[in-house]
Amino acid sequence: MNFPKEHEIYKRRMSRNLGVGLVLAAFIAIVFGLTIAKINNGGQVQGLDHSGGTVTEANQ
Amino acid sequence: MSDVTINTQAQEGEASFGDYFALLKPRVMSLVVFTALVGLLVAPVGVHPMVAFSSILFIAVGGGASGALNMWWDADIDRKMKRTKSRPIPSGKVEESEALGLGLTLSVFAVVMLGLASNLLAAGLLAFTIFFYVVIYTMWLKRITPQNIVIGGAAGAFPPMIGWAVATGGIGIESVLMFMITFMWTPPHFWALALFTKSDYGDAKVPMLTVTHGRKSTRVHILVYTFILAAVCLATGVTSIGGPFYMTVAVVLNAMFIKGAFKIWRRDDAAAEADNYLEERKFFKLSLLFLFVHFGALMGEAALAPFGLGGW
Repeated sequence: MNFPKEHEIYKRRMSRNLGVGLVLAAFIAIVFGLTIAKINNGGQVQGLDHSGGTVTEANQ
Repeated sequence: MSDVTINTQAQEGEASFGDYFALLKPRVMSLVVFTALVGLLVAPVGVHPMVAFSSILFIAVGGGASGALNMWWDADIDRKMKRTKSRPIPSGKVEESEALGLGLTLSVFAVVMLGLASNLLAAGLLAFTIFFYVVIYTMWLKRITPQNIVIGGAAGAFPPMIGWAVATGGIGIESVLMFMITFMWTPPHFWALALFTKSDYGDAKVPMLTVTHGRKSTRVHILVYTFILAAVCLATGVTSIGGPFYMTVAVVLNAMFIKGAFKIWRRDDAAAEADNYLEERKFFKLSLLFLFVHFGALMGEAALAPFGLGGW
């Protein structure tokens, strides 16, 4: 269906696209911030698939 | 209205970002954010600000997701009630399947992200909250028992427990009591609302206490729950998160709340009709303040601690 260019539907699409874009950008920023916070706090930085033994051996 | 008109509207009714956001029940989400934040801040263990911020955000997203799933399931009754007619699905802005998709996706996203940001207990509690609200309350019990409000209140009461779990990784008497405050507060809050919006729930065939047990019984229920709520609020005051400041606030507010409940209990519907449910409306307004101030006082108590003033 064709709508005239100034139809409200384009405004709604624009708001949706912009909203999703901002949410994705915010999500990236949060994951980055969380990563920095966890590393600085000395938290677990290796995945759950790494056992303690493996870490020690790797350090040796 | 012809079918052709409906179809045209459906095609034209592309939702804006705001319509999808409205699916997440932003007002309920603000309560979730506030109570979860209090649960996190009053806990005896400090949390990195970034972890705290992210965790509260993911708890809010989880709460919002359950709101979207609730709107998906309840679209039929939302169309019948004046209060809910303008929600995104009944107003035709968002399709039911979209609400379902958004709700499920955000539920999984919120639980996984909370688990990664904080700990598995907090994530598990959030998952249980969503399950409880959507499956136990919305799908199962809301339409078959007049105690629906009590059960639904439990789902809304979990956020401070989740906030506490984010900080401590566990469950304590304090977090259980914070849960109990919202749990016991919800029934008198909603039953007061049901007393002055009587026709809505009846039309939607939702078994509200006012319809199934009568309005006199509802007035008795409000009074009884208000007394239990007072006991819970005062009990919270003698735990490690309480103190003189919180206790003073709790005593004053609960005295006002009991007085309001007593007035509601004492009068009948004829008297209420005469002044357009003035006492019920006043009680409802006070109930909004009640929860906010109680959790605010708990936060105040925690904020006073660094100055040697908070706690007992």
